[in-house]
Amino acid sequence: MPDTVQFPMRFGSSSGQPVTRRDGIAKVTGTATFAADNAPANLLHAVYVSAAIARGTVTSMDVEAAKAHPGVVEVYTPDNVPPLPGDASSKPFMFAFRFEPLQDNSVRYANQPIALVLAETLEAATEGARLLAPKYAAETPRIGLDGNAPFEIEGGGFGLPGTTVHGDVEAGHAAAEASVDLTYETPEQYHNAMEMHAVVAEWDGDHVVLDVPSQALVMSCAAYGYYLGIPAENVTIRCPYLGGGFGSKAALNGPTVLAIHAARLIGRPVKLMLKRDQMFGPVFHRGATRQRVRIGVDGDARMTVLDHESLAVTSSFDDFIESAANASQGIYSAGALRSAHKGVRADVGTPGPMRAPGEASGSAALESAMDEMAEKAGIDPLEFRLRNYAETEPGSGKPYSSKALRECYAQGAERFGWSRRPLAPRQMTDENGMLVGWGMGTALFAAPMFAAKARAVIRPDGTGLVETAAADMGQGAWTVLAQIAADSLGLPLDMVEFRSGASTLPDAGVAGGSGHTATAGGALHAAGQDVVARLAEMATADPDSPLHGAGNATIVARDGRFWVEGDDSRSDGFADILARNGGAEIEGTGGANRPQEAGAAHAMYAHGAVFAEVKVDPDLFQTRVTRLVGAFAAGRIINPKLAESQLMGGMIWGLSFALHEEAKYDMRTGRVVNGDLAGYHVPVNADVKGLEVITVHEDDPYVNPLGIKGVGEIGITGTVGAIANAIWHATGTRIRRFPVRIEDLLAGSR
Amino acid sequence: MKRFDYSRPASVAEALAAWQPGSAWLGGGTNLVDLMKTGAVMPDRLIDLAGIPGLEDIEVSDDGSARIGALVRNSDLAHDPAFAAAFPMVAEAILAGASGQLRNAATVGGNLMQRTRCAYFTDPSSACNKRVPGSGCAAVGGVNGTHAVLGWSDSCIATNPSDFAVPLAALGAVVSVEGSDGRREIPFSEFHRLPGKTPEIDTALDPGELIVGLRLPAGAAAFRGHSRYLKLRDRTSYAFALVSAAAALRMEGDTIAEARLALGAVAAKPWRAAEAEALLAGQSPSPELFTRAAEAATGGATPSGDNDHKIELARRIAARALTLAAAGTPARMPALPASVHGDNAHA
Ligand SMILES: Cc1cc2nc3c(=O)[nH]c(=O)nc-3n(C[C@H](O)[C@H](O)[C@H](O)COP(=O)(O)OP(=O)(O)OC[C@H]3O[C@@H](n4cnc5c(N)ncnc54)[C@H](O)[C@@H]3O)c2cc1C
Ligand code: SF4
Repeated sequence: MPDTVQFPMRFGSSSGQPVTRRDGIAKVTGTATFAADNAPANLLHAVYVSAAIARGTVTSMDVEAAKAHPGVVEVYTPDNVPPLPGDASSKPFMFAFRFEPLQDNSVRYANQPIALVLAETLEAATEGARLLAPKYAAETPRIGLDGNAPFEIEGGGFGLPGTTVHGDVEAGHAAAEASVDLTYETPEQYHNAMEMHAVVAEWDGDHVVLDVPSQALVMSCAAYGYYLGIPAENVTIRCPYLGGGFGSKAALNGPTVLAIHAARLIGRPVKLMLKRDQMFGPVFHRGATRQRVRIGVDGDARMTVLDHESLAVTSSFDDFIESAANASQGIYSAGALRSAHKGVRADVGTPGPMRAPGEASGSAALESAMDEMAEKAGIDPLEFRLRNYAETEPGSGKPYSSKALRECYAQGAERFGWSRRPLAPRQMTDENGMLVGWGMGTALFAAPMFAAKARAVIRPDGTGLVETAAADMGQGAWTVLAQIAADSLGLPLDMVEFRSGASTLPDAGVAGGSGHTATAGGALHAAGQDVVARLAEMATADPDSPLHGAGNATIVARDGRFWVEGDDSRSDGFADILARNGGAEIEGTGGANRPQEAGAAHAMYAHGAVFAEVKVDPDLFQTRVTRLVGAFAAGRIINPKLAESQLMGGMIWGLSFALHEEAKYDMRTGRVVNGDLAGYHVPVNADVKGLEVITVHEDDPYVNPLGIKGVGEIGITGTVGAIANAIWHATGTRIRRFPVRIEDLLAGSR
Repeated sequence: MKRFDYSRPASVAEALAAWQPGSAWLGGGTNLVDLMKTGAVMPDRLIDLAGIPGLEDIEVSDDGSARIGALVRNSDLAHDPAFAAAFPMVAEAILAGASGQLRNAATVGGNLMQRTRCAYFTDPSSACNKRVPGSGCAAVGGVNGTHAVLGWSDSCIATNPSDFAVPLAALGAVVSVEGSDGRREIPFSEFHRLPGKTPEIDTALDPGELIVGLRLPAGAAAFRGHSRYLKLRDRTSYAFALVSAAAALRMEGDTIAEARLALGAVAAKPWRAAEAEALLAGQSPSPELFTRAAEAATGGATPSGDNDHKIELARRIAARALTLAAAGTPARMPALPASVHGDNAHA
């Protein structure tokens, strides 16, 4: 990097603009290709048979009948499928989950794949799968929080939250003048992105090309390579779009690997797409939790202790514990803090990350408990939170890299009209006689960053090309990352070609943890700066350039030209510089990661405050959320339109958590009985009204050079509690089991 | 999915001739095809009714009666101005069901014949007397919070899920069917059956018989000024009823000259509450009266599982529907139909 040129990049001509989703038209007109839209020649269709029991063994399958069906090409069962080269029961890397590549005839959860049928048509494969008509020896399944004995967790790995203690918890309890000791339950929730998991696998020797939805394209190549026994570089993933990811497409899943394995065995391309009911088992979900929250306060309603324990369901064969109790870390200034986790094993598929994993469930309980504590202390719930405002990170004492939560509370409350809220419940009704209630909750989400790389090129015509293997799962990466890149190159957005969504490009890290914009965007920014620096160096060294000898003067890139800052008479165009210097394109690279020192010295979170209004029928208890106002401070907002969409989406997810989403298990069989979108409720349009998002300005000089936090998950946190609290405020009934149902409110009223 | 034959007859006669055991009539397919996908039903032959002319008419007569062809799409019926004006609660019930896309495809005949939403019925690997007679009933002791509280038997505790059927029961509709022995009419009260020992038989339709239409009797429109369909559900739209009620009053001055009341999602058939109707006739509306009528409507209700709440909710929704009916049919249907949150529910 030449030291003659400095780069206080002029940043913001694209960033900060509400640019419309660049892939929007392709998506709504159906020209955007998702994994299952691919159909290479000679394709075979795969359908797998789902276990109809949750625990036991498969005793027989009618393979003959299936094979005899016209169009069926092959039937794989544990009897004839060669083992995967890589051990599926090992955990060779951080995001590895154990799965079943038809290794034996045991069944560990309902909907586990127990056979795979390949056929010339989807219909033939479907019928072949049916004809297998498996028979089972079933054992009594262990389901739910009480189906088995809890076990202690040695914290540490991914999905293994341990116990975190700050301060003297016992002393905190003892010092309390008032306290609450409350238990909340959250249900199993299953990933149901619009796009079900799918793969099209095409082998060429020991190379494979995969059309597969992936939230971590480059990392996944290594993982697939491990199981398939080939080097990572022999795996190519193409994933221009995901129809939703939410964490379920961040790690590999069994059915997908099995289909890729089958494609190699049969020597033809294979396509597998899960059926909707198959989403309820092998492809991760949010485990159920039972959380005990104890809060103590002194006479001034300042918290002496915040003590949060969580029991979460995981599978019988792997660990992923919803880290719910951790939601109580980093948020309120309690004198003592404890977050503790236990697990319980059940005969279900292994849970995994699901949008705001841990935070969503934990915030639901914590924010409800905060409301109950405020009620007991006799003060306004917002005032209670302000009184316990954490000026530094509780426990660690670290300063926050930035924290505009006070402004979030203020702006949200103002917009909502919170000051008019009566303290007592059951005080408000509307013109139809509906009970009206108001509630609020604090939103918090860590602002992580991962490692990423990018490449940037300025082409002879002065346009830019940037590359990184980012994942657009609907959040808007195609748009937002291009905006960042354009600014870093000093080019208008329409002069930048952005290549992404393929594992052959530089690694953009995982689109997860609400860190993708910061991570991939950071890498693009660095790459853009790099190439611009090289080009500037070329210009200032070029005797024919008006910038020649600009020396240490400050040069800025804007609109495809360099300018001497403060001297508009001296400028030079990118294309002109290249033309005079051999005419070749010029390339730069860059990487991003959390700045180490800043990361160690600061606590980094996005913050927010959510206010909810509900109307509840006083007799029939049908509940509607009539207003939701969320104010969020999440660092620099690159694209206000898309950020607002993300935050809204999160809040709607919170509404779903509060009122709708729940997998219902038949405890006798361990099967989910509502495993389709008619039975597994999420909000419909008519359930969502009066949704408002405020983004509160926040400059953060520490999180990363661009000051970006994340907006992908925080919207859920705060919202669940706010709605539950509003229901209490409307009805006087406190429901501590999510989702809040009509029958619970009826029972609570009687 | 299992292979099946498909035919598309051009007349009722051709359709009837095409029928043989193992055949199924195909209306909009919104229910049948889903069940074929899970394997709950596996017909050998689909006889698609869509090509039959003459079954798509809606006629509303001056005497307050109406005739509706079996192939009229649910949306078309609900949005037919003459029909909706004469039978507002029927329109309200249709619009309370499913989603716009489904209603556009679903037919009148198919709606009346739709199968229960009991999850164990849909799933071929569960015991279900309705699907496989004698195999048992997995819903007993299973997830049954939405199952029947009236008219159930030990062999089956499922409910009929149709919204549309509830006001039809209240208004005393008549189903016109045609079979190889000719045409006959089946009164609505006899059309859907309670399970008893034969839960596999949903309706009074004989195998091979086809619904050709539906008739609302003379005078049915006389309730139009005071009739409502109300549906309680876990989300605001696109959800089956937890409980529902159709209430219709023919008012003479301040007196209820005649009342109709039917409950939905409480039994294997839409539950016409004759006792409650008798109790209302000749009275003037009051909260107490409606509470008593609602009590009478749910008389004999018993939980069939984890669903006691449905009894109380059915009572309450019946009372509410009567109250709203007494207040008068709104001039404009609520934007969000049949919400218990009232007219401005979706302002
Ligand atoms: C996700 C979802 C949500 C839904 N929500 C609701 C809801 O909230 N409320 C509600 O009421 N309904 C709801 N429905 C059900 C919907 O109303 C029915 O699927 C629809 O009315 C069936 O009509 P169809 O014409 O598509 O019938 P089909 O699926 O074609 O047929 C259904 C049955 O009727 C038989 N049949 C069809 N036509 C005739 C005829 N003319 N004579 C004799 N038999 C015939 C068929 O053989 C089959 O057995 C929902 C459906 C879905 C898929
Ligand atoms: S309730 Fe009826 S439909 Fe449901 S499983 Fe039992 S018999 Fe079958």
